[in-house]
Amino acid sequence: MEEKQNFQTSLDFNQNIFKPSTREEIVEIVKNCYKKSIPLEISGLQSKNKIGRNFQAEKTLDLSNYKGIIDYKPEELYIKVKAGTSISEIEEVLKKNNQQLAFEPIDFGYLFSGESNSGSIGGVVACNFAGSRRFKVGSVRDHLLGFQGINGKGETIKSGGTVVKNVTGYDLCKILSGSFGTLTVLTEISIKVLPKPETSKTLIIKNPHVKKALDYLGQSLSSSTDPSGGVFYPDYFGKNFILNDLTHDGGLTGIRIEGPMNSVDQRINRLSKELALIDNEFSVLDSVQTEIFWNKTKNLEVFKNSKSNLTRVVVPISETLQVIQKLKKDDLNYFIDWGGSLIWMAFDHLNSKILSEIKETTKNHHGYYTLIKIEDDFKASADIFTIDPIKYKISEKIKKSFDPKRIFNPGKMYTGI
Amino acid sequence: MSSLQMPKVDGSILSKKDKIVSDIGRIINPKNVLSHPDELRPFETDGLTAYRQMPMAVVMPETVKEVSSILKYCNDNKVKVVPRGAGTGLSGGSLPLEDCVLMAMGKFNKILEIDYENRCVVTQPCVTNLAITHAVQDKGFYYAPDPSSQIACSIGGNVAENSGGVHSLKYGATTNNLLGIEVVLMDGTITKFGGKAMDSEGYDFLGLMTGSEGLLGVITEVTVKILKSPEIVKAALIGFPTIEDAGNCVAEIIAEGCIPAGMEIMDKALTKATNDYSKAGYPTDAEAMMIVEFDGTEHEVEAYIEKAKQIAEKNNSSSLKVSKSNEERLKFWAGRKAAFPACGVLAPDYMCMDGSIPRGKLAEVLREITRLSKKYDLPVANAFHAGDGNLHPLIMFDANDKNSLKKCEDFGADILKYCVKVGGALTGEHGVGIEKRELMCEAFNDKDIQQQLTIKVALDPNSLLNPGKVYPILRKCAEEGRVHVHGGKTKFPDIPRF
Repeated sequence: MEEKQNFQTSLDFNQNIFKPSTREEIVEIVKNCYKKSIPLEISGLQSKNKIGRNFQAEKTLDLSNYKGIIDYKPEELYIKVKAGTSISEIEEVLKKNNQQLAFEPIDFGYLFSGESNSGSIGGVVACNFAGSRRFKVGSVRDHLLGFQGINGKGETIKSGGTVVKNVTGYDLCKILSGSFGTLTVLTEISIKVLPKPETSKTLIIKNPHVKKALDYLGQSLSSSTDPSGGVFYPDYFGKNFILNDLTHDGGLTGIRIEGPMNSVDQRINRLSKELALIDNEFSVLDSVQTEIFWNKTKNLEVFKNSKSNLTRVVVPISETLQVIQKLKKDDLNYFIDWGGSLIWMAFDHLNSKILSEIKETTKNHHGYYTLIKIEDDFKASADIFTIDPIKYKISEKIKKSFDPKRIFNPGKMYTGI
Repeated sequence: MSSLQMPKVDGSILSKKDKIVSDIGRIINPKNVLSHPDELRPFETDGLTAYRQMPMAVVMPETVKEVSSILKYCNDNKVKVVPRGAGTGLSGGSLPLEDCVLMAMGKFNKILEIDYENRCVVTQPCVTNLAITHAVQDKGFYYAPDPSSQIACSIGGNVAENSGGVHSLKYGATTNNLLGIEVVLMDGTITKFGGKAMDSEGYDFLGLMTGSEGLLGVITEVTVKILKSPEIVKAALIGFPTIEDAGNCVAEIIAEGCIPAGMEIMDKALTKATNDYSKAGYPTDAEAMMIVEFDGTEHEVEAYIEKAKQIAEKNNSSSLKVSKSNEERLKFWAGRKAAFPACGVLAPDYMCMDGSIPRGKLAEVLREITRLSKKYDLPVANAFHAGDGNLHPLIMFDANDKNSLKKCEDFGADILKYCVKVGGALTGEHGVGIEKRELMCEAFNDKDIQQQLTIKVALDPNSLLNPGKVYPILRKCAEEGRVHVHGGKTKFPDIPRF
C-alpha cells in the first residue's frame, strides 16, 4: 500500500508502529501520513493512553525511543528534553540538584496497571493534569517554557524558549498543553524547574465530615501560612494510609506546609491555632511521611486495582459541597484535592443516566469533568470531555490551523477534532 | 521612525467614513462615537509616543453586546478595528491605523465581583491593575502581577500583553494569575474561556488569548486570582566590585533554593544616575548594585535574607544593607523606580529596550553592550530584573540629531539580536507591537511565523483585528525596537516604568 520509494529514509512505511529515534524520522513519518491522509495515534510511555475517546488510527507514532536530556541548567531553572523522556528519569536528574517539577506530575500507572508508570514528559504536557500543588504553583502549562514540534503538515515549529519572561508572539505553549496530541507532535520540551523546599510537613486533622473539611481547607488557603496542598479523604479512604504519626484511621483533612525548617514549624503551629484545633484532633507528619502521603494522593493510589470508573471533576471551591451532595450515590467513592476544587469520583457502576447528572451538575456549578477511567463498552458512547458549541466551533478552526487533514489522534478529544 | 510601514490604507473605507460613523451611531449611543479630529487627537498614540496616527473614528462601547455588534458590523463591512485599553502600552500595540475604528474600552471600568471564597476578582477590562489590589487589600489580599505602570495600565491590557512585573519569578506573569476571560471575536461571537474553576476543558484558549496583543479578540471581562498578602517583606541592598560577582551571586542564590520575590541589578552608570536623582543612599562606587527582596512569614524571610547575605559576602560584595523597616525597603526601591527620569537628566532623549536573557549571561551581554556603546559612541545605562532575566538597557541620544537617532536605533536592534543569540527573547514584558515587529525573524523562522499567522486567519479570516502588529510586514529585520523618550517626557511622565 505504501510507496516506499518516494521516501528517502530507511523507515519501512509498511509497518503499523513507527518508533523513530530522530526528529528527521518523525518529520518523514508525518509528511508521509499528511500526503496520504493516514491517521496517526501518537503514543509515549502508555501511562495515559487509555484517557480519551476511542478512535481509529491506521498507524501509531511511538515516541518512546525519542528520549534524552538535551540541556539542563539548574541555575537557570530549566531542563530541555526530548518528548519521549520518562518523568522518572527527569525527576532523578533534578533530585541530584535538589530541584523538582513543582507541578507534581501524576503517576497514572497505579490506576491503569496497578504499578508505577509516570509516563513521558510529552504525555504529561499533552494531558496537562497537575498534582496537589496546583492551586499554589499552577498547572503543567504554567511550567512549559518552550517547545519544538511537528505540525500536521510535517513542518517543524517552535514557540517560547528557555527564559521565564517571554512575550514574543502567541503563546503556543498554552494551546498545546492539554491538547492530547491532537494539534502537534511534541519533539522537544523546555520546562521550568524549581528548588525543592528545604522541608515539608503535613497537618492531619481527624474529621469525617466533608463540610467541615471544606471549611478547614478554605480557611487554610486564605491564610498567610501559604499551604501547598489541601486534601480531604472520607472515612473509607482513611484506612489507606499507614503512617507512624497518623493516629487514627478514619476520614481526614491534610494540609501541607513547605519551606525552611523554622518557618514550616512556625506556620504549622499557627495554622493549627487559626483552625482552633484541639490537641487530640490533629497530628503532624514529618517530611518523610509527608512525601509518602502526598505521593499517594497525587498518584491516586487509593484507586489502585479498583475496577471502578474514575471521573475528574473541577469546580470553584464554593461549589464543591453542593456538587458532592447532588452526585452522592451509595457506590460513590471520592476524595478532594487542590484545596477543595478537584474531586476524584469513582462510581462502581457508571451509566449514561449518572453521566448526564455529572454533566449537568458540573455545568450548573461552573466547572467541568473529564472521564479518566471507564468501561470499554460504555466508552464508545460517553462524552469523555465536555465542551459547549461555541468552543467546539473555535476548536475545529484551531485544529485545522495545526493539523489540516486531521491526522493526529483524530477524535481523541471530540468527534470531528 | 516616522517611516514605519503599516497595512495598506483602504481608500474605499475612508470614503465611506460618514456612513460608517452613522451606522455605528445606530448600534451604540451616538455620543460614544467620535469622529472630529479634535476628539480623535487624544487617541493618536499609546505609551510608545514616537509613533502617531489618527484613527478614522473612535467608538466607546458600554456593553459586551455593543462590542459584539460593532465587531460584527466591521467584519461584515471589512473595516479594521484596533482595540485599546488605558493606552499605556510600550510597544505600540494600540497605535491606530488611518482607516480603522479604534475601539476604546474605557467605559468597561467597574469591578463586578469580589469573591473571597474562591479567592478571585471578576472585573471589567479597563479597571486598572492597582485598583484590583486596592479593592481587596483591606481583607489582606492582593493581585500579584505588578507592571511598574500599574497605577494606570488596565487589566484588559495586561491580559492582551501578558504583562509581568518585578515579582514575575516567584508569582508569574498575567497568564499565570488569570482564571478566565470573556472575549468577543472579530465575527461578533461572544464566549468565555475559563472561569472561577482552575484550568478548563478542551484547548487552552485562555492561554492563547493572553499575550496575543489584541489580534485575536476583544476582552470584555477578566477573572483573576488574588493572593493573601505576605506577612513580611524585607530587602537587601548589595554592592559588588564587578558585574561578574553580581551575576554569580544571582546564580548562587537561586541554586541554594531561595526564590526571591524580586531581584534587581543596576550597573554603575544607572546606580549613579538614580542615586543623584533620588538620593536613595546607593553604593555609587560599586560596579553593580543589587536589590534582593524576600516575602513570606517572619522565619522564612529571615532565613532567606541570611542565606543571601552569606552568598553575597562569598561573592566579594563591597557593601550590604538589610532593610530594617518597610520605609527603608521602599527607599531602596525608590531610586530603582526613578530610573527613567534619572536618565532624562543625563541626555535629551533615551530609548528603553526590553530583552530577556538567561540569568547567567548577564556579564557577557553587558560586556557586549559596553562594546556596542563604544562602537556607536552613545552612553548606555542598564537595569536588569535578575530574578527573571529581563534586561532593560537605556540608550541615551539626541533625537534632534538625525545621525544620533539612527545610531541609537541600530544600537538597540543589535542589543536585541544579541539577547536572542545568547538564548533569550526579543521582549520580556513590553510586547512586540509595532516596535519589534520586524525583528520577529530573529527569533522565529518562516514556518514558526506561518503557524502563528494560520491561527490568526482561523479566528479573523479577513485580518481586520489590530492588523500590522506583532508580525513582520516588511519581512526584513529592520532596525527597530525601543521606547523613545524626549526631554524626560513620556506620555505619562508620572507613571513609573518597568
